[in-house]
Formats: sequence, C-alpha cells, structure tokens
Amino acid sequence: MTLPEAVLGVMFVGLIAYGLFGGADFGAGVWDLLAGGTRRGAAQRALIEHSIGPVWEANHVWLIFVLVVLWTAFPSGFAALASTLYIPLTLAAFGMIARGAAFAFRKSVTGLGMRRFLGASFAVSSLVTPYFLGAIVGGVASGRVPPGIAAGDVVHSWVNPTSALGGVLAVLVCAYLAAVFLCGDARREGTDELAERFRVCALATAAVVGAVALGGFFVLRADAPLLFDGLIGRGLPVIAVSVVAGLVSIGLLATRRYALARLTSAPAVATVLVGWAVAQYPYLLPPALTIAEAAAGRTTLVAMLVALLVGSLILVPALIYLYVLFQRSTATAQHPGVPATAPAESGAPGP
Amino acid sequence: MDRVGYLLADATENLYPARMQMALSLGWHIIFSCFGVAFPAIVVFTEWRAHRRGNPELRELAHTWAKAMGVLFAAGAVSGTLLSFEMGILWPGLMEPFGEVFGFPFVLEGFAFFIEAIFVGVYLFGWDRMSPRAHMLSALPMVVSGMAGAFFVIAANAWMNNPTGFDLVDGRVVNADPVGAMFGPSTWPQFVHMLLAAYMVAGFTVASVYAVGMLRGRRDRYHRFGLLIPLSAAAIITPIQIGVGDWIANVVAENQPVKLAAMEGLYRTGTAVPLSLGGVYTDDELRGALEIPWGLSLLVTHDPNGLVVGLDSVAPELRPPVNVVHLSYNVMVGIGSALLVLAAWLGWSWWRRRRIPATPWFLRAVAVSGVGAIAAMEAGWVTTEVGRQPWIVYDVLRTAHAVSPAPGLYLGFYAVVAIYAVLTGLTVYVLRRLATRHDTPAPQEPVPAGPTEEVGVR
Repeated sequence: MTLPEAVLGVMFVGLIAYGLFGGADFGAGVWDLLAGGTRRGAAQRALIEHSIGPVWEANHVWLIFVLVVLWTAFPSGFAALASTLYIPLTLAAFGMIARGAAFAFRKSVTGLGMRRFLGASFAVSSLVTPYFLGAIVGGVASGRVPPGIAAGDVVHSWVNPTSALGGVLAVLVCAYLAAVFLCGDARREGTDELAERFRVCALATAAVVGAVALGGFFVLRADAPLLFDGLIGRGLPVIAVSVVAGLVSIGLLATRRYALARLTSAPAVATVLVGWAVAQYPYLLPPALTIAEAAAGRTTLVAMLVALLVGSLILVPALIYLYVLFQRSTATAQHPGVPATAPAESGAPGP
Repeated sequence: MDRVGYLLADATENLYPARMQMALSLGWHIIFSCFGVAFPAIVVFTEWRAHRRGNPELRELAHTWAKAMGVLFAAGAVSGTLLSFEMGILWPGLMEPFGEVFGFPFVLEGFAFFIEAIFVGVYLFGWDRMSPRAHMLSALPMVVSGMAGAFFVIAANAWMNNPTGFDLVDGRVVNADPVGAMFGPSTWPQFVHMLLAAYMVAGFTVASVYAVGMLRGRRDRYHRFGLLIPLSAAAIITPIQIGVGDWIANVVAENQPVKLAAMEGLYRTGTAVPLSLGGVYTDDELRGALEIPWGLSLLVTHDPNGLVVGLDSVAPELRPPVNVVHLSYNVMVGIGSALLVLAAWLGWSWWRRRRIPATPWFLRAVAVSGVGAIAAMEAGWVTTEVGRQPWIVYDVLRTAHAVSPAPGLYLGFYAVVAIYAVLTGLTVYVLRRLATRHDTPAPQEPVPAGPTEEVGVR
C-alpha cells in the first residue's frame, strides 16, 4: 500500500463511520417524517429524539473530517469535486444546517406551530440531504467529475441515472440502518410495541433496498460501465459479503435478535461503500485522475498520517466513552415515574 | 501578476457574491465560535465556585449557562459545516494549489472540534448525573479543545496573511511543509488576539444579558453574580488585549505594510507620520481625519521619526479598498477603548467599595457592551480580511483567481442570506426562552419523556 492509499484509507474509515452513524441519524429523521400524525407519531418521535439527541453533533463531525483530509491530502481532487458538484454540495450543506438547527432547537420551543415547523424541517432535510450526498457519489463513480476547476457539467454531473441510483440508495440505506438501531433502542426502553413497528419498517426497507440494488446493476451497466466492470470484477467478493451480511441481518430481525442485527447491518452497509471504492480503484476521480496523481507531497501525507494516528488515540476512547455513557443511561433512566434529572440540588447546603 | 500560474476562466461575475457569501458565513460563525472557545471556562469556573461555596444561585447560573452554551455550540456546529463546504465550492483556486500547504491545521481542528462536541455532550448530559469532581473534569477537554481549535483555524488564516512553508517553481507549489506553514510570523499574535477577543465577546455579552435584567429591577444575587462573573473576566482581559493590539499592529507593519497603510489611510511613504482617526479617503488622500502627530511612526517603529510605508509603495490595483479597512479598524479601536473605560470603571468601584457601580448608567453601558464587543470583533476581522485584498494568499495568489468560475455560483449568496436570517431568528428566540425559563432543555440534553408528548398531543 502506498502512502497516498494509506491516507485515503484512513479517510475512508471516516466516511464509513459517517455512513453508519450519520446515516442512522438521517434515517431516524426519515422515520420521524413517516411517523404519522402529531398524536399517533408522538411516541415514535420521542424515541427518535431520545436516541440521537446526545450524539448527532459528534456523528456529524465525521463528514467535516472527511472533507478536511480530502482537501489537504488530495487537493486537486477536492477542488475538482467541490467546484463541479457545487450545487448538490451547497444543497446538502443547507440540508445539514436545517436539520441540525431544527433538531437542536425543536426541544427548546413549546409553541405547537413552531414545533411543527421545526419538526418538518428536520424530517424533510433528513430525506433530501442523504439524497444529495448519494448523488455526489454517483457523479464521481460514473466518471462525470473531470479533474480541473469547474471542468465538469454543473448540472449533469449530479442529475443522471447513476446519481439518482446513488441518492435513492443512500436514503433507503439510512432508513434501514435507523430502523434496525431503533428496534434495539425501543426494546431497551421497554416499548416492545414500538420495537415491533420498527422491525416491520426495517424488514420492509431491506426488501426495497435489495430490489433497488438489483435494479441498480442494470442502471450501472448502461450508465457507468467502468464502475460496473469494477463491481462485478474486483468488487465481487465485497458485494458478496454485503449480500450475505444483509441476508443474515434480515434473518436476525425476523427472529427479533436486535443486538446481533445491529452488528451485521453495519458491515452490510459499510461494504456498499467499500465496494464503490474497490470498483473505481486506482482512480480518485475516474476515469482520469488517479489517487497517486491527486496526492499531496510526501511531507504533507506523512504529517497527516501521524496526526490521524495520534488524533484517533485521543478520539476513539472519548467516542467510546460518549456512547457507553448514553447507552448505559438510556437503559437506567427510563423507568416510568423516575424523573430524568435527579433532584441533587436538595442535597446542597444553603447559603 | 500572481506568482502562481493559475488563471481561471472569467469568474468576475462570481467574485463579489462569493466574497460576500464567505464574509456572511464567517462573520456569523465567528460569533458562535467565540462562545465555543471562551464560554466553557466561564461556565466551569462558576460551577467550581458554586461547589466551593455551596451556593445555589451560582449553581443555577452555571446550569443555565451550560444550556446556553449547548445552544450556541449547536448553532456554531451547523454554521461551521457550511464553511468547510464553501472552502471548496467558492475557492477551488485556493484549495487546489495550496490545500497541501495550509489544509493541515484544519485536520487538527477537526479533531479538536470532535473532542469538544463529545465533551459538550458529556458535560450537559452529566449535569446532576456525575460527581462534581468528575463533572468538572469532563469540562477540561472542552476548554482545552476549544482553545486548540481556535489556534488551528487562526494558523490557517495567518498563513493566508504571511504564507510560508512552500516553494514556488515556475508557478507550481513544491516542497510543501504543512507544519512549518502553521507557524508563520502572524500565527501567535493573531491567535492571542483572537483568544482574548473570544473571552471579551463571551464575557461582555453574557454580562449584558444580566445588566438588562437588573435595569428592569431584578437585582437579586442571581443577577448580580450573572453580571459580575463574566464582566470581571472580560474586564481583566480588555487592557491585555489593547497591549496585544500593539503587538499585532507591529507584526502587520512588518509583514503586510500595505494592509497597515490602508488601516491608517496613509498614501505617502514617509517619516514622522501622524496617526489618523476617522476621515474619508479619496484621490489618494485622507480628508477630515483627526491627526495625532508622530503617532503612527511611534506606534510602528517606536521612533517619532520612523519610516512608515504607504499605499504608494504598490501599484493601484494591488491596494485594498482603503475606506472599508480604515473605518473598520477605527471602529475596532474605538470600541476597544470604550470597553477599556468600562473595565476601569468596574475595577475602580470594586477596589474602592467592593461593589458594582450603583448608577444605572453603568448598567446601561454593560447592557450595550456585548453588542459592542461583537461589533469590535467583526470590525477586526473586516480589517484583516479586506485589508489583505486583492490577495487571498498575500503577495502570492489573488482572490479573483481563486474564485470558482462555475456558472450560477453567485445565486448561492442569496440563499445563504435567507438561511442565515432564519437561523439568527431561531437562535435568538431559543436563547431568550432559555433566559426567561430555566427548565428549557439544551439541544444536547435528554428531554424527560412527559412534556414532549404533552406538547405533541395538545
């Protein structure tokens, strides 16, 4: 493995983490959208809010991480990508702002009209943002982003069959991940009825993902032959892993083993991203810009690699601490009748 | 012409909207960054005092501030996302040649921000759930990573002012040294200046909220503490900031003489140059300014007859828009001086009588000090950013050659204006609610299940 490939590999780990954690957050927003009327959907929305509330900001930083590594280690690739695909990137950024702000502020307001407006912003932006991100991947993978600043078509680079496939698949996969994660959360909080509802959602979404993925092969064969060759050639083992992990997850969901289903759903989704990377290797922007050509100088790459390794030594324990803290507390703090915040003030001595 | 051999297609249509879009996004984000950098230390200090003195008002104050910090952090996080997109969307001509040189501190900033996001979550969530000691310890990474993040972003900006850490061979960037690029001559003075500015913005702004409350007759201990703690922090820092201002002015004079000339509206290079306050710059001359004899020579060279470089040292097209730079520089210095007077007033009263000055005029002054500090900080950024024009990388790459030539790009500016208007309204609304109703949860806090459903059903 060359130095540029190592740095790109670390960046890709960040991208997978964003796909899994950020993706589940987006998906949760999709289920918020589909939860039904204000009264009927209240319990479902409360669970969603409770599950992603403390972690969405941290999950979101993965994307920033991917961007900064890309622009430092592969500046020409980043400049070409950002300038040609500026429209979906801008729209995705707007979606992230709307989503983050609406989610953050929703619980701090009480007026029903305001809450509905924010709730709708959160849900709709959760749907469109992954679509644009998927469309961007589709544009790159189908070879529509040439090297050079704004050298590609600013519309057709993301309005095309492969981008549409990428966008739809991204939304569906996010929804699937969220449903699987929420099954476990719902059961842990003792609301089996909700768990059952999300289980049905997860299974239905899995079926749709499978159908779209199958149809997608025909789209790719017609629209992105280079990617298609890579997928059925070098990428075939990865695709096989993805299919197997997906099928196992469906089996686990059907038999209500939610914790295990989480563990198998993650690789099922991660391998979709890995499959894309393997299929277009050794290109950063197929069919013209290779990873080696786009890479920054050696000094920069070494500095990056050192920073990434040292940084993750600090980051990973902190992240694990965060998730453990919240997972543990959701398990204990949700007994009915017990207020979420303990009245510790009463124990404090007076002035 | 530029020393970098890039000349993009005609991007003139995009240049001005792109600059305004970046200015708006940055100018909005920087206010929240100030709170992200400075507020954690103020909050955890208050929490520490509350535990030490067993004081319920201080405890309540710290909790309210922690929630406000959560709201401000969320607003900063979402607005920061747009900025990182805009680096490539608006300025691909900067990122393509120089990403490998100055992109590195952004990677480090990514880690710092990640750590801060994690511990803001832990800190808010851990309120009343952790022991006081563990809880205050969880704030430590938040304080440190906030400062570190500021350093890394400033290092990147300082590089644009004084690019180092690379060589140009036939217009191509070679020998990129990303670590060396982080430590150019401007990095330390700019960082210290911004760090102190962040504490001033956070301190004066939070104090101003309680000054308004006290003016409305709520003069209980809760409000007095709420005013005194942040105001003291800001008041201690203000005189230091003025000293740092002298340091940074000298660094600018040495490394970016044209920027300093624009700040002062100085056309002719000369000796024994006066310091000019106010005035309008037309036809290569500053008219109607108040002049302090030998002032600028003294300030820059510490010698009344020292030589100061003027705008005439470069061709007209290489000069920044003088009036914008001169005015915003004067606004920053003027407000800074007014804040110094306010700090001295508080210091005097505390030294002589151990209390907040009794006159409502003091409270009125504190009430506007928050807006003033923010205006001064923004004016400072306008000074340094507009003062660097027409360069995006000083003396190396012009802004006009870095902007994306993509068709339709300028439309993004209008969308950003609309989105930020809504975002500002929402943020203000939520913060006002937080100030009046303390049980309002922060974005990172769990909501007790009950109220949410009630609201949903109503």
